[in-house]
Amino acid sequence: MSKEFVDIIYLVSAVLFILGIKGLTKPKTAVRGNTLSALGMLLAVVVTLVHRDVVSYSWIFFGALLGGGVGAVAAKKIQMTAMPQMVALLNGCGGGASLALAVASYIMTMGGAGYGSGFAGLLGILFVVFAVFISALTLSGSGVAFAKLQELISGQPIGLPGVDIKHVNMGLAALSVLLVILLCGNPGSGFMFTLLIIAAICLGLTLVLPIGGADMPVVIALLNSYSGIAAAMAGFIMGNTVLIVAGSLVGASGLILTKIMCVAMNRSLTNVLFGVMAEGSEAIDADEIYDGKVTSAQPEEIAMILETAKRVVIVPGFGLAMSQAQHAVRELSDVMESRGIEVEYAIHPVAGRMPGHMNVLLAEAEVPYDKLVEMEKINPTFKETDVAIVIGANDVTNPMAREDKGSPIYGMPILHVDKATTVVVIKRSLSPGFAGLPNPLFAMDNCLMVFGDGKKAVTDITASLDLS
Amino acid sequence: MGMEIIVILIALFVLALFLGVELITKVPPTLHTPLMSGTNAISGITLVGALLAAGADASSTWINFLGFLAVFMASVNVIGGYMVTNRMLAMFKRKD
Repeated sequence: MSKEFVDIIYLVSAVLFILGIKGLTKPKTAVRGNTLSALGMLLAVVVTLVHRDVVSYSWIFFGALLGGGVGAVAAKKIQMTAMPQMVALLNGCGGGASLALAVASYIMTMGGAGYGSGFAGLLGILFVVFAVFISALTLSGSGVAFAKLQELISGQPIGLPGVDIKHVNMGLAALSVLLVILLCGNPGSGFMFTLLIIAAICLGLTLVLPIGGADMPVVIALLNSYSGIAAAMAGFIMGNTVLIVAGSLVGASGLILTKIMCVAMNRSLTNVLFGVMAEGSEAIDADEIYDGKVTSAQPEEIAMILETAKRVVIVPGFGLAMSQAQHAVRELSDVMESRGIEVEYAIHPVAGRMPGHMNVLLAEAEVPYDKLVEMEKINPTFKETDVAIVIGANDVTNPMAREDKGSPIYGMPILHVDKATTVVVIKRSLSPGFAGLPNPLFAMDNCLMVFGDGKKAVTDITASLDLS
Repeated sequence: MGMEIIVILIALFVLALFLGVELITKVPPTLHTPLMSGTNAISGITLVGALLAAGADASSTWINFLGFLAVFMASVNVIGGYMVTNRMLAMFKRKD
């Protein structure tokens, strides 16, 4: 098969990827889009397999069988609440594959004629070096993100004892830049090449370790972008057009999601990655805010309030995922709707641990997606809302972000649940959210706290409402 | 690789980046998680490069072995990514 023909087929694949992503712009066409994209992948793989450069199939066979098996089992078994881990795992695999590929290409080139002379040769080695750097970083960073989300290690920010991790990061970054410059002058140095891989792996670890909890969506989105860029760089090394197009599409996708997440937290990317979020929080005394002003209520009392409500908005947060309450919430909505209550869901962009996390959970519980309303659209409706039920969300409802100029979260877009006639907050305790701040919402006159496990509390409310 | 080809490849990269931005900004927030896993599967396109490395008539077994590793990880990426995306999207679709 001629190289030209293969390239044409690669072009067809790239077009299918583009149509596939286009399909994702509407829920109705999304499944078809994903199928088109998978078809593009199949086409690219088949045409590569019959390519004359591929002479032995045994390595391929075992690799694909093992990898496909692992991927299929993970995709079937994974719970919807664990989707952030799954995406972290997939990001890591993408990074790892690009890394192995770049190293193989380096060994192949150095074993042959090496990189050509002049500017083209310099670009050649730069592509390899950059591909190795970004893919190693993606691999180790995703590994840490996975471990944090899976709670193999603490999900909270982790530092190094006795050292400021920011300095370690800067040191590693400087070392990497130095190694890149040296490798440009002396591409044949396997020692420096290996050192660069190690530096990038360490940098991936130290970049993600200090990031925790609510900042995770940004990291996941950013690593997603890196895995795409890594694929594109691998494409530059191999002169492969479909890798470049697909990789840059993914890179762009991750970058946009990263930006959306940052805007939703009113923080810059630098601030999330190297940020000092909770500083100044010591000044705010939680006891002073909560003392004697917090009203707690039983599920039966909440059910009584709901009886007379006309419009209820449910605000899900990470706590919903933690207590697997999505089905319970759906049942509560069903009971309310059967009584003629209008029910909608308010989705904050950073609710959960990855972009769109809440939407997927509620979709699993068969909540129609048109009931999930974005922050900008639902905020003006809270003042006509009788009851807002907050389940496992905290910082995204904190009125300090709107009112308290001195607060670290001032300016962050929030859901204005406090404008509702009654706010019901289902939460284990008064403990602060990721920002480490007390939430004055809990002390407001129109706020009722239901302490306990999210799923159990919702089920109890449903049962009481059903009886009445 | 000659300079002319490199320039064409860079042009391709930049144009695809812009196309990506245009496309993705139209994806509604409700589909952001499937978008991530779906584009993730697409980034498993490194499988194509991995196949070439794993199946190459190489001077060193290292190359084939690295190719094998790359095929393994890219396969997890591709199969896992498409399947899990499909599973999620099916949930979004069934209410229609």
